[in-house]
Amino acid sequence: MCSVCGCGSGELRYNGKPAAQSGANKATGPTRSYAFRPLQAQPAAGRTTTPDRLDYGSGPAHAHAPGLSQAQMVSIEQNILGKNDALADANRRWLTERGVFTLNLVSSPGSGKTTLLVETITRLAGSVPVTVIEGDQQTEFDAERIRATGAPALQINTGKGCHLDAHMVGTALTRLPIAERSLLLIENVGNLVCPAAFDLGEAHKVVILSVTEGEDKPLKYPDMFAAADLMVLSKIDLLPYLKFDLARVFDYAHRVNPRLVMLPLSATSGEGFDDWLAWIRSGLARSGASCKPSTECMS
Amino acid sequence: MHEMSLAEGVRNIVEESACAHGGKRVERVVLQIGELAAVEVEALRFCLELILKDGVADGALIDIEITPGRGWCAQCASTVALAQLYDACPQCGSYRVQATGGTEMRVKELALAATWGQSAS
Repeated sequence: MCSVCGCGSGELRYNGKPAAQSGANKATGPTRSYAFRPLQAQPAAGRTTTPDRLDYGSGPAHAHAPGLSQAQMVSIEQNILGKNDALADANRRWLTERGVFTLNLVSSPGSGKTTLLVETITRLAGSVPVTVIEGDQQTEFDAERIRATGAPALQINTGKGCHLDAHMVGTALTRLPIAERSLLLIENVGNLVCPAAFDLGEAHKVVILSVTEGEDKPLKYPDMFAAADLMVLSKIDLLPYLKFDLARVFDYAHRVNPRLVMLPLSATSGEGFDDWLAWIRSGLARSGASCKPSTECMS
Repeated sequence: MHEMSLAEGVRNIVEESACAHGGKRVERVVLQIGELAAVEVEALRFCLELILKDGVADGALIDIEITPGRGWCAQCASTVALAQLYDACPQCGSYRVQATGGTEMRVKELALAATWGQSAS
């Protein structure tokens, strides 16, 4: 397990059943754990560090060690997340060919993702088929809430993992009855950090921020807001009880991502919900239009 | 964030590449990490140290090149330096700056031990 964020592998489950392991985890058995290592007094080569500043984010770090001239240099030039990105591309191709509009919903835990999903499915019932992939470290609670609406849902339990990846979603796609020209909602693990970096093959990342979390989240966790195309500001029915400045959260979010679209709404009162459904319907229309003529989806 | 997942990605690339080039031992791994890539370089080093143990790159020197962040300022209509995603344009002060570079995470190159220096394993 990663001592940094709790990220780990070996406990992945689909609908409560263990997944086959890839064998890629041989160096980190689930029983091994590591304590945090204090920083060395001497800065590592190339790090921009002064006695009163430990800088983890900047500095030229290209230090060449002596005595390696006999070695053979091999150019690699490969993206570290290349394997995930290739799998995500395959997912995206599969979904695009079928005209499936896919959203990757990301937020901190408790922002109201599942409630938003349940309300969305209920309001779209009868007009748009919806399928849901639920990501959580443990339990099937969320999938059960979705299934209660009548929509098919698959629960992925990531165990110690802090995010869904493209391989998990690719596996989920083969296990779900996903209709052509439909809506696929992927509820990521509640975590405002890690899911930002992992492409799943979605059309858009949608970040959900509830008004109870405070206006400063876009600046505190900028990567997620930079990766998203839409920000849903949820629970706005609670605004009368809170000191929450709407203009400020919009300003902060736009500093991080000038193209971010904002949608304030409440799943409880229904305020703003029509705008959210209209945004989904326009995406569905675009996905349906890109549906490949070669597939049977040209009905 | 998920530095252990990234370290696993590095290990897979390093092991596959070393194997493809007939290398038995990797002496040095050069990574390129963008300033805006959301990677804690020290955490990544720590994870790499653990995850590369007992493999072809056990004990290899990890060189990390930081590539500078870049953004497109809509106000200036030009590319400017960007150290943080939420920074203002250094030229005009506008926040309408979209990150365009310095988000990469790559394994750039490897140094494979010369034939005569290969270990018995």
